[in-house]
Amino acid sequence: MLTVLLLLWPVTAALLLHFFKGKAARVAALGAALLEFALALYAAGFSGANLARGGDISPKFEFNFSWIASAGINFHVGMDGLSLLLVLLTTLLVPIILLAAFRRNFANESVFYALVLFMQTGLIGVFTAQDAFLFYFMWEVALIPIYFLAGVWGGAERARITFKFFLYTIIGSLFMLAGFVYLYFQTGPTVDGLSAHNASLSAFYNLNLPAETQLWVFWLIFAAFAVKMPIFPFHTWQPDTYTDAPAPATMLLAGIMLKMGIYGCMRWLLPVVPLGVDYWQNLVLILAIIGILYGAIIAIRQPDMKRLIAYSSLSHVGLMIAGVFSLTQLGMQGASIQMLAHGINVVGLFFIADAIERRTGTRNIADLGGLTRQAPVLTVCFLVLLLGTVALPLTNGFVGEFLLLAGVYQYNAWLGAVAGLTIILSSVYLLRMFQRVMLGPDSTHSATFTDLTGAELAVLVPLILLVFLLGLFPNMFLHLSEGSVLGILGEVAKR
Amino acid sequence: MNSIILLSALGLGNLFLGFRRSNRLLLPVMMLILGLVLTVNFLDWNQGPQSFFSGMLTIDNFSVAFTGIVLLTALVLVPFSQKYVLDGEANLAEYYSLLLFSMVGAIMLVSYNHLLMLFLGIEILSVAMYVLAGSDKRNMRSNEAALKYFLMGAFFTGILLFGMALVYGATGTFELSSISFAAQNPVNASLRPMLYIGMLLMLLGMAFKVGAAPFHFWTPDVYEGTPTFFTAFMSTVVKVAGFAAWLKLLVQAFPAASAQGVWLPTLTAMCVLTLLVGNVGAVAQTSVKRMLAYSSISHAGYLLIALVAFNGALEGATANGIMFYMLAYSVATVTAFAVLKLVADARHREDYAGFNGLAKTNPLLAFCLTLSMLSLAGIPLTGGFFGKFFVFMSAVENGYIGLVVFAVVMSMVSIYYYLRPIIAMYMRDADDADSAVPVPVTTFQSGALLVLALLTVLLGVLPGLIAGVL
Repeated sequence: MLTVLLLLWPVTAALLLHFFKGKAARVAALGAALLEFALALYAAGFSGANLARGGDISPKFEFNFSWIASAGINFHVGMDGLSLLLVLLTTLLVPIILLAAFRRNFANESVFYALVLFMQTGLIGVFTAQDAFLFYFMWEVALIPIYFLAGVWGGAERARITFKFFLYTIIGSLFMLAGFVYLYFQTGPTVDGLSAHNASLSAFYNLNLPAETQLWVFWLIFAAFAVKMPIFPFHTWQPDTYTDAPAPATMLLAGIMLKMGIYGCMRWLLPVVPLGVDYWQNLVLILAIIGILYGAIIAIRQPDMKRLIAYSSLSHVGLMIAGVFSLTQLGMQGASIQMLAHGINVVGLFFIADAIERRTGTRNIADLGGLTRQAPVLTVCFLVLLLGTVALPLTNGFVGEFLLLAGVYQYNAWLGAVAGLTIILSSVYLLRMFQRVMLGPDSTHSATFTDLTGAELAVLVPLILLVFLLGLFPNMFLHLSEGSVLGILGEVAKR
Repeated sequence: MNSIILLSALGLGNLFLGFRRSNRLLLPVMMLILGLVLTVNFLDWNQGPQSFFSGMLTIDNFSVAFTGIVLLTALVLVPFSQKYVLDGEANLAEYYSLLLFSMVGAIMLVSYNHLLMLFLGIEILSVAMYVLAGSDKRNMRSNEAALKYFLMGAFFTGILLFGMALVYGATGTFELSSISFAAQNPVNASLRPMLYIGMLLMLLGMAFKVGAAPFHFWTPDVYEGTPTFFTAFMSTVVKVAGFAAWLKLLVQAFPAASAQGVWLPTLTAMCVLTLLVGNVGAVAQTSVKRMLAYSSISHAGYLLIALVAFNGALEGATANGIMFYMLAYSVATVTAFAVLKLVADARHREDYAGFNGLAKTNPLLAFCLTLSMLSLAGIPLTGGFFGKFFVFMSAVENGYIGLVVFAVVMSMVSIYYYLRPIIAMYMRDADDADSAVPVPVTTFQSGALLVLALLTVLLGVLPGLIAGVL
């Protein structure tokens, strides 16, 4: 029941937000998001204690309601450790993103905040769905608000760019739907016998399809995830969309939405078509590693800060995909914690890029420089988030990337070695950006530049604390997902 | 049956209201009539099949459900004729009565059991529509539309009638189940070609009425010329009744495997062609009204999939799928035409750019049109998604995977033109001073729009409510 509450509260709050105008809407939205976070923390505390005692890993807080009885489709939600980790990430980042939006006076504020909250329902739905069609439904529910967030409040090219984004993702997810429909017709009847088939996660896990079928079903399902994450060569929508969308929408996209794809692979792809995964594993790993290098190399040459972070995100996602597809416990666990870490870091970096753009009116790295004298606090915050992203020990990025690389290395030493370049390359482009923007010779903007305001610190301080929390005590979070990861690997091993 | 009697009697009574000088009473009375008939209609729910007129009409759950969709569509559409009331339109009582009479035809089409009733239903429905298409008497486009619709309609009615005659010649009966029996146990096997030719001619006639390719060519011109309020009626009620009638014909009169061998390939070819023409045609349009006309063609294509994949009686998954699709489609289409009418009346243009900046001036209109477009495109959270979902699922279950793949590709194409009004409303600014002022909408119409939006979302979030009723 708690899961249903987590799902319904944001959308209810979004509807209620209609009655608030202007600044009151911000505060109300933030309050709603914080309440949601408190709920998630309660759930995490409850499950976390249970998991630490080595309790069972089946989904908790389950709710099962016959949604379309005649077709055996259920509104079945629940949270195991992995779901919980991502629900925590979502409920944590949404208030921070809302807070980050506070400084901007968007037109139709209440609608803007309502869309963010509405999207939260979709995201939590994706992470908790235990029925394939509910998963697909929520997958699209998350898309509609972000389309409008990026399309209505975006930059000059928004109509064209968001159209491309919408078309890409929806075509990808239609393939997934086709895959689910196929799998659905392979399943047995529901428990009550009302329908000849059902679409529950467990039914999909027990399908044991022949290998040649799994080979093509794999691509149907993977298409949606590949576009969403995105993996090279399905990424062409990503840099434009990230750059053109307003900062809060970019944070939602990079911080949470791309995790839908990685989570989807872990939950709805690997255990469902293990033989297909077995066959395509090498190809996906190679694509992921191409993505790592490709994103990093373009990032090095990028003159635009926001675009640079977008490409850096592409590169880091590549490593997470590689970790997942290494099918090792290390890689999967690394991906789990890295999803959290990447969400925190990328939101922070986009926030800082936006803060600098708002003060100077430019994102162009070449036009900036010498900002650090006027803004020591901003410099420190920037540096911490940046070091987290380049995976310095004691920061959150280190744990994730270390586990990920270890996982890939375990699968294949050569691939691990190439993937390891990500650490070097990311320090190249990120430190280069930092150096050119914050240090270096004074630019026209350095004299008038101002340091962070209290409201901005309110966004960054929690993020920075989390950078260290995850870096120093990763086990808190690793425990949460360990059982689920082992369960998924167990399903994969049954092939 | 009660709904037919009530509609005819109250429609006649409604005409007398027209003798009054004032129009003020007409709209509330019209809504009252529709609400009353809708309620009475559902009294027949689960009463088992009842026969009337020596078995020429059968009222069962199927016909009650489809009658319900027809009446509900009319009920939510009527508020958007308020401009006629405000403008003091002289013939409003006649228009309303014609709508009521045409619905009598629609109800006959969803409950006929005898080809005579099919013919009568089509004629009652169509004749009213011919008149209403030309109701904007001073507008040349409207006159053109009426003339085109009437000439083409009369021609295809002739073909339909010819087909019926041949079927009668081959089987000696007009009754659906007897036709089915005679087709399976022919007295004279040499008459079989005559039966099939008759059947195919009837299919052509039906294809024209619902606007399926290659007999769709009248649709864009007629839809464009007809006053928008009546276009909305045409593309929902006429289509719903036409498809229900078509379905009954195929399932009850020609279920035999040998007959299927003839109509199945014909229908499959029509389906592919309709999907192609509708979707590709819609992409090229610059006028929203013409786009909606092509969109209605493409939806005829999706419904044809359901006809092709249909097996068994008028209940179960496929029948439910068609019913759900019809309801979702009608609600979304009424919304689209209603918003189009409001915007076009105020801004005197029907192109995409006429919608520029609508989100700023009329957030409610923009929101409702967005929901309607998403629903027509089949995006989740709206009824249109589950409509397509159910239809495609039953087609896959019956083995028509290739057809479904083609339909899915076509729905990807449709996203392009359904997003265009959304982009215009939310992402572009008004391009002239005329378009920067809010479109006048009465509270009554806002309420009707909200009901439509609510219905779309309700169908999209809780499809289980009606997905299994048949």
